Amino acid sequence: MFNLCYKSLLNRRFIAALTVLSIALSVALIVGVERLRTEARAGFANSASGIDLIIAARGNDVQIVMATVFGVGTTGAGISWDSYEMIEDLPQISWTVPIMMGDNHRGYPVIGTSEQYFDHFRHSGGRQLIFAEGVPFKSPDGAVIGAEVAQAFGYTSGTEIVNAHGSGEVAFDVHDEAPFTVTGVLEHTGTAVDRMVFVSLEGFDALHEEPASEVADPFVLIEAPEVAGEHEDHDHVELDEPDEHEEGHQEHDDRHAHGSGHEDEAKAVRTSGGHDHGGHDHEPGTINAIFAGLEEKTAVLSVQRQLADHRDEALTAVLPNVALLQLWSITSTAETALRLMAGAVAAAGMIGMVVMLSASLDNRRREFAILRSVGATPVGVFSLILLEAVLLLFAGIVLGVIALSALTLLIDPVLAANFGLRIGVGLPSFREVLLIALVFCSGLLASIIPALRVYRMTLSDGLSVRL
Amino acid sequence: MKTVELKSLVFRWPGQPDPVLSVDSFDLEAGESVFMRGPSGSGKTTLLSAIAGVIDVPQSAVRVAGTDVGALAGGDRDRFRVDQLGIVFQVFNLLPWLSALENTLLPCRFSAQRRNRSGPDPKATATRLLSELGLKDTELINRPASALSVGQQQRVAAARALIGAPEVVLADEPTSALDEEAKDTFVQLLLKECKASGASLLFVSHDRSLEKHFDRSVDLPMLNAGKT
Ligand SMILES: Nc1ncnc2c1ncn2[C@@H]1O[C@H](COP(=O)(O)OP(=O)(O)OP(=O)(O)O)[C@@H](O)[C@H]1O
Ligand SMILES: [Mg+2]
Repeated sequence: MFNLCYKSLLNRRFIAALTVLSIALSVALIVGVERLRTEARAGFANSASGIDLIIAARGNDVQIVMATVFGVGTTGAGISWDSYEMIEDLPQISWTVPIMMGDNHRGYPVIGTSEQYFDHFRHSGGRQLIFAEGVPFKSPDGAVIGAEVAQAFGYTSGTEIVNAHGSGEVAFDVHDEAPFTVTGVLEHTGTAVDRMVFVSLEGFDALHEEPASEVADPFVLIEAPEVAGEHEDHDHVELDEPDEHEEGHQEHDDRHAHGSGHEDEAKAVRTSGGHDHGGHDHEPGTINAIFAGLEEKTAVLSVQRQLADHRDEALTAVLPNVALLQLWSITSTAETALRLMAGAVAAAGMIGMVVMLSASLDNRRREFAILRSVGATPVGVFSLILLEAVLLLFAGIVLGVIALSALTLLIDPVLAANFGLRIGVGLPSFREVLLIALVFCSGLLASIIPALRVYRMTLSDGLSVRL
Repeated sequence: MKTVELKSLVFRWPGQPDPVLSVDSFDLEAGESVFMRGPSGSGKTTLLSAIAGVIDVPQSAVRVAGTDVGALAGGDRDRFRVDQLGIVFQVFNLLPWLSALENTLLPCRFSAQRRNRSGPDPKATATRLLSELGLKDTELINRPASALSVGQQQRVAAARALIGAPEVVLADEPTSALDEEAKDTFVQLLLKECKASGASLLFVSHDRSLEKHFDRSVDLPMLNAGKT
């Protein structure tokens, strides 16, 4: 029976091949879309993997994640350095990275942070940031740039760059007087990091404060930030104090040695200086957000509770993965549309098969009459058609999966580089197997229609051979 | 012994007012060869279908080798057909993508009985039958059936009908696509092989020039009218 079926199909190999191809396409598409969707979702949810909590001034979770992880928009108010230290000292917290933002370099967001950022940030499913060249910034005038920034402007380690104030696309407020030197370039990640410029907290503050002072000599600022304190006509005395403190903090991160006197001093400075700079996003000594890692993941709730109880400042501790999934759900309409489309193509593939099987039936009446004359039962002929469908479906599915794997191998590097997606050639997941089974079953179900027609035909035709 | 027995067989195609067949009685003796003629549309093919049990016939109207065809259920009837009957059509007897040899062996594929009766090696038997019917070339019989001439195809069909020694061979105008000379050769070969295997032959044709080769000749319209 199998042999007969196989040879009969071989006889119609051109049309059978086309059918197999259309089924393969359906399978590849439907599985591909599914794989891409889950990968995109997982990749997206992992855009901030490694970070257990993002702490910012009370605000919308999604907005906070958008600002801190993707560099889109800003967080609301700042967080005082005080709060940063309070959080850092919480026993449940294993590490913290401060984040300052709101500036841009030629349209690319500038992030003020500590060196630890590069150790703790994870993207695309847990990958660490890798330096394509150079090293993290060591001094206030050092900058690390994302791959896209490097590519866009041809920057490499050692290039001097100038930041502009404000996060608009057009930089009208160029700080020629506060250049940075690129110390490192990050490897392509396919995430927002590619579009970011990272500088130290002092660098960020210096950059930020400079326009008010209108100092012509950049070296004054870069080589000795505390010198800025000399400009007493502005608020720089107050401003530079916390800078110094932050610097100290960065350099002795493990020590946790913050003299209480120092702290008080910083606080005093901040309270006096904070109001004077109401027009700016950042006040010296305030940061926008904190990336934090926990000693134990289960401590999330207790940290969140503690922060909610924090009286000095209204803080929010965002679980980035939860917020990201929330954000992802916004795209679910597009996702659904994509899946519907893949489903429609699969349906078209199935219909194509049924059309092929049905169209061939009239030409094959003779074949069935001959088979019946030599003892094939109508049920046998019925199952012959079903067997044919099974063969076509099977071949189509195998070809589709192979084609998809080949395609994946081919475009994986491209996807990884451009979108941070890594589909990978693995065995199909349970869901994918389920989808394939669905294609198979619906194809088989659909082929019952022509098989039934044949069944009735063989009964009514009798022995007469028709053309 | 009678291999085919028809008794008050009435058959009407669905949706038609008059019965195509209404045969009071018709018998085919073992080893007998009968020529059946009748104008087009008189029901010759329908009669063969009734004997083969491909169409539904009333109970005890048709007996083949002692079996009441009308009493058999669907699957049994198909098995019975391949066990007891060899069938040759007018044209297009063969599955074009199988070789002549494979086409000849088709009944053995579906029937254990035919396989058993075609000797220890059905393939050798098929080859012998084909060569007796004039297809000696091994290259020829391994060629796809679609690459054979019509006359060659009809001889392959005859070989297929004969393999495994069925009780009855039904032939529905197998010669109408052949020229005069080939016709006579084909009929003579078919008759010879039927004699050799002991099968009775019911040969339908409107070509009366072939009548002389057969033991007996029957006119279907007359049979239908009740005159034997
Ligand atoms: N499958 C069918 N369904 C309905 N009516 C049919 C069917 N097959 C044949 N008939 C009718 O039965 C009658 C006899 O047909 P049949 O094929 O038996 O004739 P025939 O004697 O074999 O003719 P021919 O010499 O042309 O082959 C015709 O009137 C035909 O219309
Ligand atoms: Mg006919």
